[in-house]
Amino acid sequence: MSDPHPPYLHPPYQSTPLRAPSRPLIVPAYGPDAVELSSPVFGHSELGTFDNDLTRQHRGEPLGERIIVTGRVLDSSGRPVPNTLVEVWQANASGRYIHARDQHPAPLDPNFTGAGRCLTDADGRYRFVTIKPGAYPWRNHHNAWRPAHIHFSVFGTAFTQRLVTQMYFPGDPLFAYDPIFGSIADEKVKERLISRLDMDTTVPEWALGYQWDIVLGAIPAEDS
Amino acid sequence: MNETTPSQTVGPFFGYALPYGDGPRVVPEWHPDAIRIHGGVFDGAGEPLPDALLEIWQAGPDGEVPRAVGALTRDGHDFAGFGRCGTDAAGHYWFSTLKPGGPTPYLALLVFARGLLKPVITRIYFPDEPGNAGDPVLSGVPPERRDTLVAVREHDRSYRFDVRLQGEQETVFFAV
Ligand SMILES: [Fe+2]
Repeated sequence: MSDPHPPYLHPPYQSTPLRAPSRPLIVPAYGPDAVELSSPVFGHSELGTFDNDLTRQHRGEPLGERIIVTGRVLDSSGRPVPNTLVEVWQANASGRYIHARDQHPAPLDPNFTGAGRCLTDADGRYRFVTIKPGAYPWRNHHNAWRPAHIHFSVFGTAFTQRLVTQMYFPGDPLFAYDPIFGSIADEKVKERLISRLDMDTTVPEWALGYQWDIVLGAIPAEDS
Repeated sequence: MNETTPSQTVGPFFGYALPYGDGPRVVPEWHPDAIRIHGGVFDGAGEPLPDALLEIWQAGPDGEVPRAVGALTRDGHDFAGFGRCGTDAAGHYWFSTLKPGGPTPYLALLVFARGLLKPVITRIYFPDEPGNAGDPVLSGVPPERRDTLVAVREHDRSYRFDVRLQGEQETVFFAV
């Protein structure tokens, strides 16, 4: 199976030329060892009640379109990965992050931080309630805009297969103009980052639902 | 057949979401066996990265893979083995942890940053370890580049480990 991940160097994304490793990666002689093939253990007691509901972390409700984002974390053979930590962060409905370095002149929302986390259940399922993030401009090139996305961080079972990625929304007209989404050459592979509107996840008269499964990379055998 | 979800960059705006108070403190600094690992992350022009995120994962002093909960809320007792630190404005990171046991102690290290479309994966080895010479992973690295994987002892309980993403002294990164 070919490597699904983008290359380090993708010049249209202008932060890559000085940060991409220039030497070939080294394949460890006997593969990763027991530490690298395992992952930290997280517990429910470490999480807060509203960590997975980004609309209830403040006094009032955030502005924007309320949505449910859910899916399963699966290993490379399709088995669910239970009890693994999933973290998300995102811009608000106006396309503004609460982060101090975000200079986009769009309003902050006092009722929205935009950070959440949860542990997957026995079926590997995660679920967040949030609001749909807005597109936002950035300074990569003239008139550069990011398609709406939610950042995801997933642990899984092996530290070296730990995944940080971004989930997008179906049919975004900005896909064609985004060098981060475009860092993946294969159209079929790109589609794996796009969530699916799901009417069964949607709660009538309350929130649209999106489904997005996350599949972690294969863990090399210890003796390979 | 399951199709792996591809990586995307952590971007510049994770700072309010991923780092957490005790992230760098795998054990408290006052722990009698605590060691400090710290250093900088640099780009190909030698400039420090103020927006990198580093994660370590390691064996405990007994050489075993930690199975204790408590990486997010440190209880000061169980060793969870995981640490996370964002670099500061000067590109500097630090961890307070315990030296792993085993014949060749090392910390697994992931670095995420804006401009890295996927993390770099490396190992932090310790200097003056007799096991280093026979370690299969270190031995598989060209001799002139092995130093990039070995922390520099500053004093007994402090080690420096710089990450150079690109260039002459580029840190060795692994494909696993
Ligand atoms: Fe973003």
